[in-house]
Formats: sequence, structure tokens, C-alpha cells
Amino acid sequence: MNIYADHAATTKMSRRAIEVMLPYMDQIYGNPSSLHSYGQRGAEALQNAREQMAKGLGCSPREITFVSGGSEADNQAVLSAARIGERKGKKHIVSTAFEHHAVLHTLDALKKQGFDITLLDVGEKGLVTPEQVEAALRPDTCLVTVMYANNEIGTILPIAGIGQVCRRAGVIFHTDAVQAAGHLPINVERDNIDLLSLSAHKFHGPKGIGVLYARKGIPLENLIYGGAQERGKRGGTENIPAIMGMAAAFSESQEKMEEKARKVTALRDRLIEGLSRIPHAVLNGDRESRLPGNVNFSFEGIEGESLLLLLDDKGICASSGSACTSGSLDPSHVLLAIGRPHELAHGSLRLTLDEENTEEEVDYMIRTVGEVVEYLRSISPLWRDLQSGKLPFMTKEA
Amino acid sequence: MALYSETVMDHFRNPRNVGVIENADGVGQVGNAKCGDIMKIYLKVEDETIKDVKFETFGCGSAIASSSMATEMIKGKTVDEALTLTNKAVAQALEGLPPHKMHCSVLAEEAIKAAVEDYRNRKTGMK
Repeated sequence: MNIYADHAATTKMSRRAIEVMLPYMDQIYGNPSSLHSYGQRGAEALQNAREQMAKGLGCSPREITFVSGGSEADNQAVLSAARIGERKGKKHIVSTAFEHHAVLHTLDALKKQGFDITLLDVGEKGLVTPEQVEAALRPDTCLVTVMYANNEIGTILPIAGIGQVCRRAGVIFHTDAVQAAGHLPINVERDNIDLLSLSAHKFHGPKGIGVLYARKGIPLENLIYGGAQERGKRGGTENIPAIMGMAAAFSESQEKMEEKARKVTALRDRLIEGLSRIPHAVLNGDRESRLPGNVNFSFEGIEGESLLLLLDDKGICASSGSACTSGSLDPSHVLLAIGRPHELAHGSLRLTLDEENTEEEVDYMIRTVGEVVEYLRSISPLWRDLQSGKLPFMTKEA
Repeated sequence: MALYSETVMDHFRNPRNVGVIENADGVGQVGNAKCGDIMKIYLKVEDETIKDVKFETFGCGSAIASSSMATEMIKGKTVDEALTLTNKAVAQALEGLPPHKMHCSVLAEEAIKAAVEDYRNRKTGMK
């Protein structure tokens, strides 16, 4: 059996998106900046895509900037808001401890430039409240940046409430909606969102393309200087095929959202239920306020990379927050932020589902993860010490 | 997956000498759970020769493979010879480890040294 259960990492492109892209590679390939008819057909396509994205987000087409993906959108959003604040002498930013590194590392860079950063505690469930945000605001706060949904543990944050708090206080609100776009409803007007980042490949669109939404009146800071593309805010010839693919995939995901969420949530709940029966396993993230496809567990006494490799041998593609898979010495900052000790963070497993996954696959994963965890525990000296009582368990038996 | 060599994957998938030796003559444990890897080596020694060796490992693929390879390399050797085993030799026998995984071979070397030291301590204690 071959099971792809890493949809939070990236998704397969939709057929519709691929079909939509094809003519823009060898037929309608003009540069939108060109005056001739080939170019103008490209410009029309670009405008259509911009309108489609705007419709899906509840904003005006002029507020859409096409960028290379989530990381670029996050960088540009945070830096732009910081510069606006700086000009008014406001250099305080509120965010959370479990943002994506595209936000956190941008904040690190700003910190070196004299900005004061408050990272809100996300608690054991991985949530922040609008009240928490409100309490952190200061007269010199220039930006609040809080993700819509967390990429590792799938918790959904109360974006609308946070947007309201920010609007009342007159503070710019950015949300990294990379994991939410295409999966959860978004309306920037209703939710008082000033800046929003999304990435196409998380909702069956192509890689290397995304959107930065910026409310009218919020001037963007260039990351890439160049021509007049994207109202001069992002130089470089537009990647028309990718933009068209993204717009098609986004529209498709809007159409299917409710039905898909119902189906995927049922699969997710079945998987959570099954994996909960493994002794000394603990679910990471909130049980209720959770992305439809996200399952994240920590298993005591084992390490995540060896778990992933053995699962891959058995046809299951998953991911982990262990240090060995993060490429650094520390395990996932998200799992540490929700208070998981290093030992449990190392033994984490993320399975992210989509509508193409089946009940049969879920049952196979429950069985197989159980077997592999049991095997790895059988060769683990840490598990031996836990079982003999030499070390205390950190989790409940089942 | 091209992360590891075929030899690493072979020793990871089919680890040699995995298990426990009851009444071992020397036991060495290194690493810690916080860092994500622990290796424990058990030795059975007769006439200064390692008659049997077993290991238990909590850690990533290369940690398990390094334990497996290192135990293979000292089996049947004298304890003095076992002490000369270097992490580089373990990594070489595994046909290389990615740079950020070299510490796994270091742990294997250290676990063996700790087990031999334990064996020697017990022996001198007995005299």
C-alpha cells in the first residue's frame, strides 16, 4: 500500500489546475508587460486570476499581490508593517511562539534592528485568545501577526476575534493563512484582516506561487525591486502558468470546501481514535479547534526519524518534529511551545490527510504505526527504563 | 530515500546484535533522551575477548545503524581492540553518514568505551 499522508507539507496538483495551466506555457505565453496582442492576452489572464483570488478572499483585485509563495508573503507582510510602524516611532510587534519560521525568523531580523517582539504563549492546546492579544498591545505596537492555523499541530486560531481587537486598537493585523487557505473559509473584510499570506501548493495548486493580500492604504515594502509588475511592489515577469493554476485550484477548493471538510474530518477522527489506543501516546494540539486533515501524536520512548523511515518502508509518507528531521539540534519549536518536553517532541508523528485518503488507508496506518512504535520501543533503552519504573512516564497509559 | 547509504539502511532495517545480555560483564550507556538519542551496549567477556555483544538504541535511523555496525565490529575482538574502534571507522564501514549525523557514530564509539570501562571496573572491584 502507498499512502501519502503529508498534505500539510505539500499536495498533489489538481487535474483542473494542470489543464488550466497548460495553454499558458506554449500558446498564451506573452509577457503581460508587452504591448502587443500576445502580451495583452497574458495581461488579461493575469487580471482574471487576480479577480478570482480576490473573490475567494473577499477583497478587491487591487489588494492582491502575486509572490513566490508563503515565505515571501510572510516576509513582505511583516517587513512592510514594521516599516510603517518605524516611520511613526512604533517598534513593537505581537506574535505567537509557534508561528512558521518565515514569520519568526523575519521577526528575529527585526529584533536585531531594534524592534521589540512579544511572542504570546500558546498554552498546552496551542491556541491564543483575542484577550491575550489585547493584553499584549502597547501604544507603540505596530503589528500583530498570528497564524490562521498551525502547520504542525493543526490548531485553528480565533482570527476574527483577533482581527476585531486589532482594528479597534488601530494596529495592523497580519495572518499567515498558508495552512488554512483552501481548507477554511476566509473573508478579510469580515475578519478585519489587513495582511494575509497564502501558498498555492497547499491546496492542490503549483509550487512557487502565492499571494500577499494587503488592504488598500497599507503600503508594501519591496523585497524585489524591478519593473512595474504588481504595482511596482514585486519586480519580475509574472509566472502566468503558476498564477493561473493557483487561481483554478483556489476556486476549486472553495467549491469543494464544505463537502471535503466533512469527509476529511471523519477520516481524521477515525485516525485519532485509533492512534489514541496505542499506550503512552498523546495527541498534540487541540482536539476540537483543529484543521480537518491534521493528526499529530507523540509516542513516548521512541524517536521520530526512525519511525518515519520504517513507515516509509511500509508505504506511509509522514513527517515528524524530531530534531533529526528538523535539521537542527532542537526538536520542533511548535511542540516545545505547547510545553511538550524534548523527549516527547522527539517522538512525534504528523499525518495530514486529504480527500483522496480512504478509511482503508486510515485503518492500515493505525495498524502499522502501532506495530512500528511497538518494535522501536522493543529496542529502546529509554522505553525499558520507563517500563521498569526507573524513569517516570510523561503520558497516560492509553 | 537518498538520505542514507544502502549499508546504513540495511543495518537500520535489520539491526545486528539488538537485544539485552542478562548478567552482562560490562554495560555502557551514553546520550540522553532530551537530545534524542541513547545507546546502551552489553558485553559478555571471556579471557579478555568479547564473546557476545548486544545493544539497545533510542534514536534516529543512523543511531540504530551505527550501534548495529559498531557491535559487529567488536564482536570476537579483545577488549583492548574494542577500545581502538573509532567513530570514523564505524562511519566508514557504513559507507558514510551525512555530516549532521556523524555524532551518531561518536555515540557508538563512546557507548563501547563506556561498556569496556564498566567491565574493567567490575573486574578490579572483584579482585
